[in-house]
Amino acid sequence: MRNIIAVAGKELRAYFHSPIAYLVMTVYTVACGFVFYSYVAIYLEDTFRMQMMGGAGGSSPSLNEYIIRPMLEGFLMVILLFLLPLVSMRLYAEEKRSGTIELLLTSPLTDLQIILGKFLGTMALFGMLVVLTFFYVGLLFLYGNPNGKPVIASALGFILYGGALLAIGMWISTFTKNQIIAGAVSMVALLLLYVLVWVRDYATGPVGQFIANISLSSHIDNFAKGVIDLGDVCYYVSVIALGIFFTARSVEALKGRP
Amino acid sequence: MIEVQDLTKRYGPTVAVSGVSFEAQKGEVLGFLGPNGAGKTTTMRVITGYLPPSSGKVRVAGYDVVEEPLEAKRRTGYLPELPPVYPDMTVVEYLAFVARIKGVPRREIKKRIAETSERVAITDVQARQIGQLSKGYRQRVGLAQALIHNPEVLVLDEPTAGLDPKQIIETRELIKNLAGQHTVVLSTHILPEVSKTCQRVVVINAGKIVAVGTPDELTHRLQGYETVLITAEGPAEEIRERLQRVSGVNMVEPRGASDGRVTFEVHSEKGKDVRAELARAVVESRWRLLELKTSGLSLEDIFLKLTTRDLGEMTADGQPSGPN
Repeated sequence: MRNIIAVAGKELRAYFHSPIAYLVMTVYTVACGFVFYSYVAIYLEDTFRMQMMGGAGGSSPSLNEYIIRPMLEGFLMVILLFLLPLVSMRLYAEEKRSGTIELLLTSPLTDLQIILGKFLGTMALFGMLVVLTFFYVGLLFLYGNPNGKPVIASALGFILYGGALLAIGMWISTFTKNQIIAGAVSMVALLLLYVLVWVRDYATGPVGQFIANISLSSHIDNFAKGVIDLGDVCYYVSVIALGIFFTARSVEALKGRP
Repeated sequence: MIEVQDLTKRYGPTVAVSGVSFEAQKGEVLGFLGPNGAGKTTTMRVITGYLPPSSGKVRVAGYDVVEEPLEAKRRTGYLPELPPVYPDMTVVEYLAFVARIKGVPRREIKKRIAETSERVAITDVQARQIGQLSKGYRQRVGLAQALIHNPEVLVLDEPTAGLDPKQIIETRELIKNLAGQHTVVLSTHILPEVSKTCQRVVVINAGKIVAVGTPDELTHRLQGYETVLITAEGPAEEIRERLQRVSGVNMVEPRGASDGRVTFEVHSEKGKDVRAELARAVVESRWRLLELKTSGLSLEDIFLKLTTRDLGEMTADGQPSGPN
């Protein structure tokens, strides 16, 4: 455990030594702020219109449905498809290019400790993004009265989703010395996995259903509704576990080469 | 301390190292000498556990690098050809990280960093970012990294490559001071380097060991004699004296005896083939000649491929330093 934390700490510090952490957090904060502001504006507009039209009972529309859900379930998930590869692309590519992979692999660490350390390091950075996100959501609690349970479920879903993206990105990063290639391939791969759910619209058979269920975006709905479904949790945990497993295989293969 | 037995390493169809065996005793500095591409780095990577061997056994401090990799790695310090440093980190941050992953107890990390920095003379740059350091300092940070957990075995891959003459001399002094406390294996393709730093040399070429000996022995051998191995059946001492009298023979050294058979290594003047004379001497004395062969490997050919000019030495003599 101590080794895992040492590696994780090194990774996290590396993000703040380079522009990556600042870039990712800035872009994310701006995007998050804009989306949040837009949804709040639409919400106010609609509330105003509803009161003008009927005013029956004066009940305002749900904050969860109007702001929290579309924000977490839609736009921010897409933003992460582009931002998290920037975080995961350097994990192995940079170590391979600078030769520091030799330091890690000749230290008394197991491969799994290195991989988990790296993964935790990126998760810590992603955790900061999650905190930023829920800072905005927290504002709603301060001034409005949203339903708390879906928010907790959403947070869990959001973290699992980010973890899945990072695990896949880490695996892709083991294949190349070039960070740009690792980042670009990760973006394309993740984007494809994200839109795979479209298959559901035109393919109806069991195969189509299966393919659609592989999609990264097909398991987030329940979380956003406030339902923690075991199947959905299993899906994301499996993707993370597979990413870590494939990374381990890939590192193993790395050692056979000069 | 280090035992390598019949090590072979293949990359796909290419054989990088084939049937290499050698040992390094405790406290010894063992030089690994060979031209570029001879398999030095591959051998070192197997010793440090970076690459798995295709076949053969490697034990470090008594631990097999395949079966007990963590124990072996805990006792090994490794400086690859390119120092494995993170340019974004400061020297202290870097050494603290390495100390942690090498298993130095938390309480001792500070002390170990101070001691090691002192030892390789980087105390004055501790707070600087590694990326801003000169090549020589970066090399020393790499050495500090290898020493931080006080390993029993140190593996240094071309520790003086790319340094300027003054730095080369300093690094060699440093390595000499390490001997005794650590077992050191270092590789180089510079011939004079081994005589300056190593007690024993393994010469490797095209993945195979071609000679083992002290630097003096090897230099002597290089400076000119032919080597013939002769095996005969008869009284060892008499055979030896007879061989010694053959004209052109400089030295006769026993190389083992079993079942009344004795093998000698015969050194003769350069350019002179004494095989026929040796055979006649043995047969005429009515001993039985069993085998007679040149030792086959021309050390000279291999040494020709080595860099014989020493950058550090030349500038010390006041001559211009040439490309190395």
